[in-house]
Formats: sequence, structure tokens, C-alpha cells
Amino acid sequence: MADVAAWFLALYKATGIKLTIFYDAYDRARFAEGFATTLKLSAYCLVASVVLGALAAWLAGSRIAAVRRAIAAFVAVFRNTPPLVQLYFFYFALGPLVPKVDGAPLLGSFGWAVVSLTLLETAFAAEIFRAGIESVPKAMVEAAGSLGFSRWQIFRQVVLPLAIRATLPATTNNLVNLVKTTTLAYAIAVPELVYMSAQIWSEQVNVPEMMIVLLLCYVAIVGVINQLMQWLEARLRVPGFGQ
Amino acid sequence: MSASGASRLAVLPPPAAALLARATADRSIGAALLTARAGATLAAVFVASAALAQVATPAGKPGVVDLLIKWTPLLAQGFLFNLLISVGAMALGTIAGLLLGFARISLVAPVRGTSWIVVQFFRNAPWLVLLFFVMYLLPFEFHVRGTTIPFPDWIKATLGLSLPIMANVAEIVRGAVQAVPTAQWEAARSLAFSRRETLWKIILPQCIKPMLPPWMNWYAILTMATTVASIVGVSEVMTLTLRATNAEGRTDLLIPIYSYVLLWFFLYCWPISLYTRRLEAKYAEK
Repeated sequence: MADVAAWFLALYKATGIKLTIFYDAYDRARFAEGFATTLKLSAYCLVASVVLGALAAWLAGSRIAAVRRAIAAFVAVFRNTPPLVQLYFFYFALGPLVPKVDGAPLLGSFGWAVVSLTLLETAFAAEIFRAGIESVPKAMVEAAGSLGFSRWQIFRQVVLPLAIRATLPATTNNLVNLVKTTTLAYAIAVPELVYMSAQIWSEQVNVPEMMIVLLLCYVAIVGVINQLMQWLEARLRVPGFGQ
Repeated sequence: MSASGASRLAVLPPPAAALLARATADRSIGAALLTARAGATLAAVFVASAALAQVATPAGKPGVVDLLIKWTPLLAQGFLFNLLISVGAMALGTIAGLLLGFARISLVAPVRGTSWIVVQFFRNAPWLVLLFFVMYLLPFEFHVRGTTIPFPDWIKATLGLSLPIMANVAEIVRGAVQAVPTAQWEAARSLAFSRRETLWKIILPQCIKPMLPPWMNWYAILTMATTVASIVGVSEVMTLTLRATNAEGRTDLLIPIYSYVLLWFFLYCWPISLYTRRLEAKYAEK
């Protein structure tokens, strides 16, 4: 670690390429915190949006028309309005309405970012799950029904396993978009990767270097996600289903 | 359609199939209606919050509705700016994306490889980071032989937003070209068409239809993404909304004004998504 720091310091002295995050302990800590916050934000939103998305997809097939319409309205609203406006709406318009606990707001900027991004991703996930469930061949559902499977059994043992596999590529896409959308949290001062980088580059005046580091970081995160999801797809592959 | 007819004839339709049939019916009949309902929901939030705030306005202060009317011209100006950026970025991104898409299907391996890297990079980099990149690293004016050409923020934002569009359009082009049956290429070749002629006269005309829905979808996404330009200091609708709320300093204005802006975006993007869906359904039938 000390060698790396020394090397980057020497690089700065020799070429003027200023990568303080590698040799300045304070900047390194800030950058690491930003990275961790981005990962944490993405992870929270991912888990919450998968659960809520499945719930929304299930409710979208409800017998009660009002429920179906409410879900459709929710999906349409969140898909047809800008994510940044949603974020501002939650943080600036709804934020002040939330009761305070011991003088501090119940939800800080991080909390509102989680709420806002989760709802956005839920809207996308719901549509994907819905399409995935619909992609299961009807004959298979009918066959299971004729074998005396109950509604829940058909869903759990026939539809879901196939639907999950069908939705994996779309989910990967969704996940990548989620990670990219977390950068918007910069606008409400969530200390994520872009925010921390912006702080570093405005103090150290090393905009080009930090920009490149930032882009590489996101490309790396997305690359890891793609690899993991490809592995998962290969792992879950059923011969004769899909390509 | 024949499949759903068959399940309706069955004496005891399997429950999951019934669910499925209902979903299909919902989609084919009610899709437009349901999204209209969504717009109505948004409008209802706006109207209700504005009305509530109006009623609760303390004596001696202007009502929320008056404030909204007062700020509407400025916000409209900002919104037009958003549309301008979106159209510019879409035009730039489409032209560049077409070229990049051709590079993706090039017969020369290095061209294919390089364009693959470019596409992956710009598809996977966050829009905001790309915007920062263009904003900070391009000069604010150019000097060409003594004359100074200004390079304002909004043009930079247009450039920055056109980069991800370029990469995604390239993927749309590649996908559409690859979806054309190989027999078309072979037939063209047997009629002595050159590769370029085949591409321009035979393959691309067939690609326009399948390319249209995803392309329009990206336009809607881009329009919504133009608000990101506010973060880097372009005076578009979001920036102006923030300024308006700061200038008024009224917390009761927040929900009405934000749902007002949301409604504008919805009203602009919704017909596009509606038309996209109709086109998709139309081409899916064939």
C-alpha cells in the first residue's frame, strides 16, 4: 500500500497527474466512503425494488380492478416522469412533511434517495416481472392445472422458476441502470461517489484525473454486475428453455 | 388470440391461465386507458395539493394558485429549453449512433472491436458523469483565428447527453440489422449488389420499422434525463423551479409546483410512449 502511494506521489511529481486518492489519507477515506455509499445505495434499492416489484407484478394480476389500476397508474407515473424530478419531489416537497425525531428528520438525504430510487426501480421491475410471468407458455400452465396443481402451486413451481429465468437479462439491464441512476443522489447531497469526487476535484483541482477515475469506477461496477448476472444466468439455465 | 379462445371454451379454465388471459385483455384494451388514468392521478395530486394549499394560505399572502400562474411563463421557458436540448441531443446521438452502429457490424475486426468498446463505455457510464465530463473538460469558448466562438453550457449539455444516446442507437441499429434474415443478404449478393448497396437499399429500409419503437423510447428517456442538466448549472425547468421555490420561500408551494412540473413531463412523454406501444403492437403481429 505504501509502495502504491509512493508511486502515485512520484507520478504526480514527475508528470503532474494528480491522483490524491492514492496517497492522501483524507482524500482516500472520502473516496472510499463515496464508493461504499454508492454500493450501499444500490444494494438497498436493488433488494427493496425486487421485493416490491414482485409484489407489484403480483398485484397487477389481482382480481380487484381498483388494485390493478392503482398499480398501473403507479408504474406509468414513475416511468413517465424524470427521475431527478421524482428525487427533488421526495426530498424537497415531501421531506419537510415527515415528522422529526429528536430534532433530526426521520429520513435524511440518503433515506430519501433510497425511497425515491426504489420506487422508480420498482416501476421498472414490476413491468419486467409481469412480462416474465406472461412469457411462460400457456400450455405449461394449463398442463399444470390439469394435473391438479393449485393456483399457488402453479405460480410457485411452474411459472416462477421459468419467469425468473426469462427476466434475468432484463433484470441485469435494470440493475445497471439503477447503479447509474444513483449518481442523481448527488443533487440532494448524498455522499456517494460523484459527490465525494466533486469535493476532491474542487479542492485538489484535478478534474480530468478524477473524472477518469470516476468513469472507470462505474464501468468496473457495471462490469462486475454483468459478469455476476451472466454467471447466474448460466447457472440457472434450463436446457430447452430460451436460447 | 386463438389460444385465449380455446381456454375460454374449456369447462374449468386453469386459474393461472385465467390470470394470464385477463392480463392479456387488460393490455390490449385497457393500456391506453390505464396510463391516461395515471396522468389523471398525477393531475389529481396537483389539483388537490394546490387547492389545499390555496385554502390554507395565511391571510395577506398571495395564494398558491396565483404563485403558480406567476411562475408559469418562466417555467415554460425552462421547459422549452429542456425540449430544445432533448431534440438536439437526439439528432446528434442518432446520426453518431447510426455511424457507430455501422462500425459495430463492420467486416473489419478492429473497427468492430473498437466500436464495441466505445458502445459499452458510453452505455455503462452514468449520464451525470458524462455530463460532468463534457462540462468541465470542454472550454467555454473557442478561439479560431482571432474570432471567439462562445460555447455555452446548454450546448455542452446537449453534447454530453447525446453520448449515451449515440451508444444506445448504435445497439438498436446493430440489433435491427442482425434481425434481418441472412437470406436477404445472400439474395442481394446473388443479384450482384455490393455490401454498401445491400445495406442501404435492402437491409436498412427493412430496419426502420423495428428501430422506431426503441428509438422513440430512448427519446422519452432522454427528455426526462434533460433535467439532469440542472445539476451542472443549465437554466432548465428544474433549476428554475428550485429558484422559484427559493424566491418565494413558501413550503406550501413545494408539492403543487413539483407535481406541476411532473405533470408537464408526463403530458409530453405520455403520447410518445403511447404511440411507441401502438407501433410495437403493430409490428409484433407480423
